[in-house]
Amino acid sequence: MADLEDRQVVDPGIDESIAGLTPDRIERTINRVLTEETGARLQAYLQTCVHCGLCAEACQSYISRDKDPDYAPVAKVKDTLWEMVKRKGKVDGEFLHNAARIAYIDCGACRRCSMYCPFGIDISYMIMTVRRILNLLGVVPQYLQDTTNSHAATMNQMWVQQDDWIDTLMWQEEDARSELAGARIPLDREGAEIMYSVIGPEPKILAQLIANMAIIFKVAGADWTMPSTDGWDNSNMAMYSGDFETMGRVERLHWERASELRVKRVVMGECGHAYRGAVYDGPRWLGWTKPPIPMVHAVEYYYELISSGRIRIARKIEEPVTVQDPCNIVRGRGLHDKLRYVVNAICADFRDMDPRYEHNYCCQAGGGLINCGPPWKRSRMKSNRVKADQIRDTGAHTVITPCHNCHSGIEDIIGFYKLGCHVSFISELLVKTIEMPDA
Amino acid sequence: MVDCGSWDWTIGKRAISDLGRVHDEYDEVHEWAASPDGERVAAPVLAAPDTFAIVVNQERWDGEFEKAWHLAFTPDGRLTALVRIDDEWTLAVDGEPWDERWEFAWNPIFNRDGSVIALQIKDNMEYSVAVNGVPWQRRFHSSRGLAVSRDAGRVAAVVQVNPLAEADTVGFFEGTWSLAVDDVPWDATFINAYGPTVSDDGAAVAAEVRLGICEYTLAENAIPWEQRYGCVWEPSYRNGSGRLVAPVRIGGSWTLAENGVPIWGGRFMQLWNQRLSSDGRRIAAVAAAGFGRWTVVVDDRPWRTSFDDLVRPPVFSPDGARVAAGVRRGGRWSFAVDDRVWPETFDMVWDPVFSPGGGTVAAKIERDGKYAVAIDGRPWSPWYDQLWDPTYSPDGTRMLIRGVEGGRFVRHVVGVADRFQA
Repeated sequence: MADLEDRQVVDPGIDESIAGLTPDRIERTINRVLTEETGARLQAYLQTCVHCGLCAEACQSYISRDKDPDYAPVAKVKDTLWEMVKRKGKVDGEFLHNAARIAYIDCGACRRCSMYCPFGIDISYMIMTVRRILNLLGVVPQYLQDTTNSHAATMNQMWVQQDDWIDTLMWQEEDARSELAGARIPLDREGAEIMYSVIGPEPKILAQLIANMAIIFKVAGADWTMPSTDGWDNSNMAMYSGDFETMGRVERLHWERASELRVKRVVMGECGHAYRGAVYDGPRWLGWTKPPIPMVHAVEYYYELISSGRIRIARKIEEPVTVQDPCNIVRGRGLHDKLRYVVNAICADFRDMDPRYEHNYCCQAGGGLINCGPPWKRSRMKSNRVKADQIRDTGAHTVITPCHNCHSGIEDIIGFYKLGCHVSFISELLVKTIEMPDA
Repeated sequence: MVDCGSWDWTIGKRAISDLGRVHDEYDEVHEWAASPDGERVAAPVLAAPDTFAIVVNQERWDGEFEKAWHLAFTPDGRLTALVRIDDEWTLAVDGEPWDERWEFAWNPIFNRDGSVIALQIKDNMEYSVAVNGVPWQRRFHSSRGLAVSRDAGRVAAVVQVNPLAEADTVGFFEGTWSLAVDDVPWDATFINAYGPTVSDDGAAVAAEVRLGICEYTLAENAIPWEQRYGCVWEPSYRNGSGRLVAPVRIGGSWTLAENGVPIWGGRFMQLWNQRLSSDGRRIAAVAAAGFGRWTVVVDDRPWRTSFDDLVRPPVFSPDGARVAAGVRRGGRWSFAVDDRVWPETFDMVWDPVFSPGGGTVAAKIERDGKYAVAIDGRPWSPWYDQLWDPTYSPDGTRMLIRGVEGGRFVRHVVGVADRFQA
């Protein structure tokens, strides 16, 4: 039985929405998704799974919750999608309440379980199908829905107004110039080699990260630009809430802005889910097999700059550090070696987690989990005790997290489990360690 | 509309400005903007610490500004710049800032002859629009998206008319967004509104609107189409007839609808960026005929050629007979014209420009960090350090090239039929 405390969480986005549903609407919506939006892929997964349970040991929430079988990936699918299929959509509000908790909170769609499935079944896809159904029913955790609404209204994750975006870039340009003369954030520079894109929280609450990049670009002598208009945000919580129409609209705008600016490639900031949205889920929903213009994650870009000598490291961080492998750029993209190259270049005492690389555990904040907000924070923490153990075992003072969700999620874990260390983006360390032109 | 008939079309090259001297004179020179006629080139410069000026042909505007950016020439040739003075923003036109200033101002747009300049403004934490320096009286909770009719100068904006508290997901779905047209908001509200467009004569205004979680349609003059769709993209008005066309998604595939009724039999995996011929009779759009097979559809007939990366919005020849687009395949850029792909590839291409008679197609291209004009797919001009889009003379016999060579901005008029004379 799932955690009693979790089952008692009150979330208006789930509870109040379910109260307004009719059995007919529930049935029609489930069957619509199952018949019109899924096909052979889902059938193959459903009919191939032999319920062996090997996925269980792969899941950090299962391990963290003392191997409670309800938290095994196979159980999460069984208690949601399989029942919807078996009952041909005839499920009630109580079932949906449970399904919403499982699909949005207990599973972060991190895909670690798929690596351990003997058939390679993409369990995350099935959970995302559940989220799609719930989204169409209006049953979405309130805070995640609010974030999705922000995407729909403003094309960014944090309700950033158009003037605030431009103003923030100008303010960050000033900050960067105070550190390095001549640093700029060139807006709408058509024909630049690089469009740099960030996620909504950067202008809203972590603006200094943009100034950091302005400094790094200046030191590297990069030809870059940022769009002054909508399309600058590459994040996409609509992808995780199941609102694929809004997801597609956000991604289309992002790529059209890059195309209008005639850039050769897009370098994106340190975020994992945004990479997934912009490189995989978004383009495919829109009809592309790949991003229409190459996209490079910040980790790849830092690797390129350091390995080519375009930026030089003048000093190293001495305190012990470890690194979180963000699921979407390590398991999803294989950037673990480049990540370690960068970390080793700027840190003298790097200590890996165990397990690591694509086998590393998720931060339990991605997949939209952290965006489900305060009501679910305690549940999120309980589901990632194993991450706390991993970090503690390294003895690191700093956890490097080249992903916004990892950054916030691990910050929460550090506080909850009193680990006594802190988190850092790579750019924060790079600006402290690179050789400045005037130095 | 840019009236290029009065420009100097004398064949020959003139050096307009020594950009190198400007770069020598100032610590920072930002992005250059060239006038359509090639007679002026301008950029914001750092005149003193935290002080910007605008340099036009090596001469400085009189004023200095705390900030200056977004230089743009109006179709009638005036230079505009967004400038900050005493911590307030406004638009400066040919060196004269508008009298009105605001907490913020951005996104200036122009009608076809440049007589109307509209921009978005924020004042006292409220949003609105200013037209030719005069703000609308009404204020809104937010404003995103601005459109102006090409001929009549009617201005429309997507605006948030009702307040929305943080995390009020119920209120959001009750609808807080609408359109405002010439200072008057529509009565109707929607969950979301996108892509406003105004008919050329200003008689009608339309936008994409969202009516439910996954329920979209088009609204024209505040009235939604009766039909509902899984998704829609931005609409366009047909010149002449005033009919509204938009891509709509029906049952998982896309087609083109006019006034609510599908007018194309073709169904596509994706369909967007429709463009209309000048007489409004022909429609070309970008489509995905299949997964990763991007092409151009002209009047419901997809090209046989397709591209795995990207197809830029199509361009009609002035007579509407031909269609061209920038295309990207296998990581290389080229052009496709009337379903034929030109063989040469480039590092980047800009949108093609048809000659007035439609016989030739010119475009800015980039290779190895240099820029040239290509005609009918082959590099034609010398390679420049910087280049703007080429312009044909009204009779199509000559071309204006605006480029930077040897640190100088040059204006070069060349005969199209001749071999290029550098």
